[in-house]
Amino acid sequence: MQEFKHYQAAHCENGVTVGLLKQVGLEQITEPLAFGIGSGLFYIEIPFLKLQSGPAISFRTFPGNIFKRTCKAFDVQLYSKKYRDEIKGMNELDALLAQGKSVGCQVGVFHLSYYPKEYRFHFNAHNLIAFGKEGNDYLVSDPVMEDTTRLSQQAMRKVRFAKGVLAPKGHIYYPTSIGIVTQDKLIKAIKTCIKRNCRDMLRIPASFIGTSGINYTAKNIRKWKDKLGDRKAALYLGQIVRMQEEIGTGGGGFRYLYAAFLEEAAAITRNDELLLVSEKITKAGDMWRDSAVQMAGIYKGRLTTQADYNHSADILNAISALEKEAFLELDKIKL
Amino acid sequence: MKKSEIPQDESALKGWTREVFYAKNEEGKYEAGLSTGWSVKKDALDGAWEEVHKNVEIAHQLVKDGKMSPIYYFMELNLMDVSVLAQYMGFWKWRVKRHFKPEVFRKLKPTVLQRYATVFEIDVEQLKNFK
Repeated sequence: MQEFKHYQAAHCENGVTVGLLKQVGLEQITEPLAFGIGSGLFYIEIPFLKLQSGPAISFRTFPGNIFKRTCKAFDVQLYSKKYRDEIKGMNELDALLAQGKSVGCQVGVFHLSYYPKEYRFHFNAHNLIAFGKEGNDYLVSDPVMEDTTRLSQQAMRKVRFAKGVLAPKGHIYYPTSIGIVTQDKLIKAIKTCIKRNCRDMLRIPASFIGTSGINYTAKNIRKWKDKLGDRKAALYLGQIVRMQEEIGTGGGGFRYLYAAFLEEAAAITRNDELLLVSEKITKAGDMWRDSAVQMAGIYKGRLTTQADYNHSADILNAISALEKEAFLELDKIKL
Repeated sequence: MKKSEIPQDESALKGWTREVFYAKNEEGKYEAGLSTGWSVKKDALDGAWEEVHKNVEIAHQLVKDGKMSPIYYFMELNLMDVSVLAQYMGFWKWRVKRHFKPEVFRKLKPTVLQRYATVFEIDVEQLKNFK
């Protein structure tokens, strides 16, 4: 069996991307690079959709994009499969592991037995790597954890075939081959992904996406107290903070992770202009955390007036302006 | 954020793992660091769980009052909504909703009850006799 090296990451998809691509020899890859090359930074509040009775907000691109785009940038060939038949899905995973492969698996966290109960909601876009099997147990590298862990046969089947939104349907994937990685290719990947990220944050014509999406949420926040009442409005704010800060974000709604990517990109492309944008994104991350502290004041019941909601919304408006400025600058940089 | 400012508050991560944070080291360069948690988000998570517990209590009362069947209670207890439960059962949503009615629930076939019990990871007797 090929020896598997566990790689801890802030975010599960980045971590799986790094873990699997290192296996096929992409030594240069780091979590910030994977996140950046996957054009991971994003903002969206999906209108009318409610998740766990709160607003459906995401600070990152859609699940699967980071892995797909990073693989594409390095000409990585993928094996990827979903299953209708659970038993077949389990048997094929076993067969791949028996061949010594490390396999990425999409799972639901509700039945993920090694997770603390507090984190086990019906969230189905978690990713882990299975890298072996001993008796009834799968050897598992879960990127958000410090160490590797195990899952029983029964538990693995439950998490791979969890139901609900984004049901994984036993989805497994692993890289089969990789093109020759040159410095030029890396630089080209960085150029492409930065352009794509600028497009996503600035130019998608929908008011609830990108930098204008942050203003969209701000506008909603101003109405929540009257429209929903204190209790529900507080829960909604709590949901924003959870999406922004929970395990997997690297802090500040993925903004620090993106700033770290720009720093690495500056070194690779030898372009210091990227560092200036990195500074701005760092500042945006700091402001997201300030807004979380302000929102916590409300959901802890310390702050209760409309002015407090307005203050939260004001911070979001300021973040939107700053991120817009940063991405417009980024868009202009010639790489 | 500076690396020295990475929050180290007690949270649900305790005894399980620490999570990765990206922050600046003393030379002003980004580096990964580890955090045990942050009180601000712990409070948000606690709030979400309070809401879950409240909904479970309401569901329990509805069962006691004879307005809802135990299926509704166990759905709430498992943090599910109708669409998640319907997917686990392989039923249309309207069918699951019908099973929330106590009079429909009483006439459910043992095989259907068993499937619900399996999804909820309980004994079928627990489901039938839940008060």
